[in-house]
Amino acid sequence: MAGFELISDEGYRFDGRKPSELRRVRCNMGVFTQADGSAYIEQGNTKVLAAIYGPHEASNNMRSKVCLDKCFINCEFSQAMFSSAERKKRSRGDRKGKDMSAHIKQTFEAAIRTQLYPRSQIDIYLQVLHSDGSLYCACVNAATLALIDAGIAMKDYVCACSASLTKETSLIDINHVEELAGCAEFSAAIMPKLDQIIYSELNGRIHQDELGQLVDAVTSGCKDIFAVIDRFVRGRLEETASYFTHS
Amino acid sequence: MSNITIRLPSTRRTQNQYETGNSYLVTPGDVITEDTDYMRGHGTYCTGDADDRLYSSVAGVVERINKLICVRALKSRYTGEVGDIVVGRVKEVQQKRWKIETNSRLDSILQLSSVNLPGGELRRRSATDELNMRSYLNEGDLISAEVQQVNVDGILSLHTRSLRYGKLSQGCLVIVSPSLIKRRKNHIHNLSCGASIILANNGYIWIYTTQHSSQTEEGDGGFIISNESIPIEDREIICRLRNCIKCLAKRSVVLYDTSILYAYEASTSYKVKQLLDDEVCDEIVNKTIYLLQQANVGNNEY
Repeated sequence: MAGFELISDEGYRFDGRKPSELRRVRCNMGVFTQADGSAYIEQGNTKVLAAIYGPHEASNNMRSKVCLDKCFINCEFSQAMFSSAERKKRSRGDRKGKDMSAHIKQTFEAAIRTQLYPRSQIDIYLQVLHSDGSLYCACVNAATLALIDAGIAMKDYVCACSASLTKETSLIDINHVEELAGCAEFSAAIMPKLDQIIYSELNGRIHQDELGQLVDAVTSGCKDIFAVIDRFVRGRLEETASYFTHS
Repeated sequence: MSNITIRLPSTRRTQNQYETGNSYLVTPGDVITEDTDYMRGHGTYCTGDADDRLYSSVAGVVERINKLICVRALKSRYTGEVGDIVVGRVKEVQQKRWKIETNSRLDSILQLSSVNLPGGELRRRSATDELNMRSYLNEGDLISAEVQQVNVDGILSLHTRSLRYGKLSQGCLVIVSPSLIKRRKNHIHNLSCGASIILANNGYIWIYTTQHSSQTEEGDGGFIISNESIPIEDREIICRLRNCIKCLAKRSVVLYDTSILYAYEASTSYKVKQLLDDEVCDEIVNKTIYLLQQANVGNNEY
């Protein structure tokens, strides 16, 4: 890390943010007409598309995984070749893709009310168009918006954020450069209104005493993201609900 | 070269000129009420334990009917009710039934005993009938049917025991969200603009030419397809209707025969393919909503 400081002397990160500042979040719902629900989210430069199909009858190759009392969630994560700095062809079933799919599936199994859809299947398709750090978080936020768009019953929103610790200050919403800098990165997904953490992941090592600070930082980051997403969803609801009540 | 249309790159915010009224909008995780008197309907849940509050599980409008609270999402898969008309595609031909895909949570079932045999006979289905199932309905065929029964697990049992239902031949299918189709007495209409329409409750809308000749004799059972050629004017009417419906669906306007007719009338000043433009779409939808509001003010007919 020679000559590279994550936080400058004035307290700014290298992209100009304060340590507790999120990147700019822009989102849109209903981007695909073919899917039951879809969403697009941009967190800074990280751009993710999510499409939801379901709940529907389990497809032939997933028939063995059907549960009689709840729905089965199938998640597929894929990164476009042009999403990273180096153009790299990633196959569908590679290690990172499978890992990410498994984590996101686990996250949403806790949040979706699966007992309402027995014997069905819900597909979550995620496509990363531009990757600049906090991939898991952007994917979870995009999938939440898409699930809300599809009208699938959930206990609460699922908002995810990442944080890192450097020189006793926690940095929220890590981008790619900060990821590479080598500090431990902590990501978590929470249900903001119910105040529950449903998924957490730590890359790297931290001291036990630092964990509390990181968890607080991530929780506040998630709540900030929730504020942005909720405002957008309510705006959308108001726009479409007005026509809905027209008889 | 003279027909180039270029759109401005600005993001168009749709003007919401129509009041939301008193609709109570909620998002997942919102507390709807702390009162324990209410019964939970669709779209709500309780966490149990010591928490008595009623939470919403979808993003939508809260509907309160006496003591029942439910939240209706703006978009959802079709949940069937007995007596609904559905349009579906045959997915599989199984032993004594067909599996029909109807945009619902699980595929619907059409039993062999629930269809009319050609010739209109009433008899027990024999093994020959079973072997000839594919000649009646094959994979990929589109049919219109009525929901006979909703099973415990949510699977719909359909029937086509009327000459109004059966295999659909020449026409256009438009797929919209089921929540946009208003439940009314009649779902099969012969529109005054010259085409007929089936507004199925599962969101599949079938537009076809009005059958003038009484080609459905007593015994045909609804499985004979007419392959006569349709003249170009009828095709244009069908295309125009399809584009109008797509415009209305894009702006989440409830679809029923009156709203579709208003949209059709508003679209006559444009060419059929111009209806695919966003600006033209907005204009038509605004005119339709205006006419609907006028009609509502005039009479409170439901």
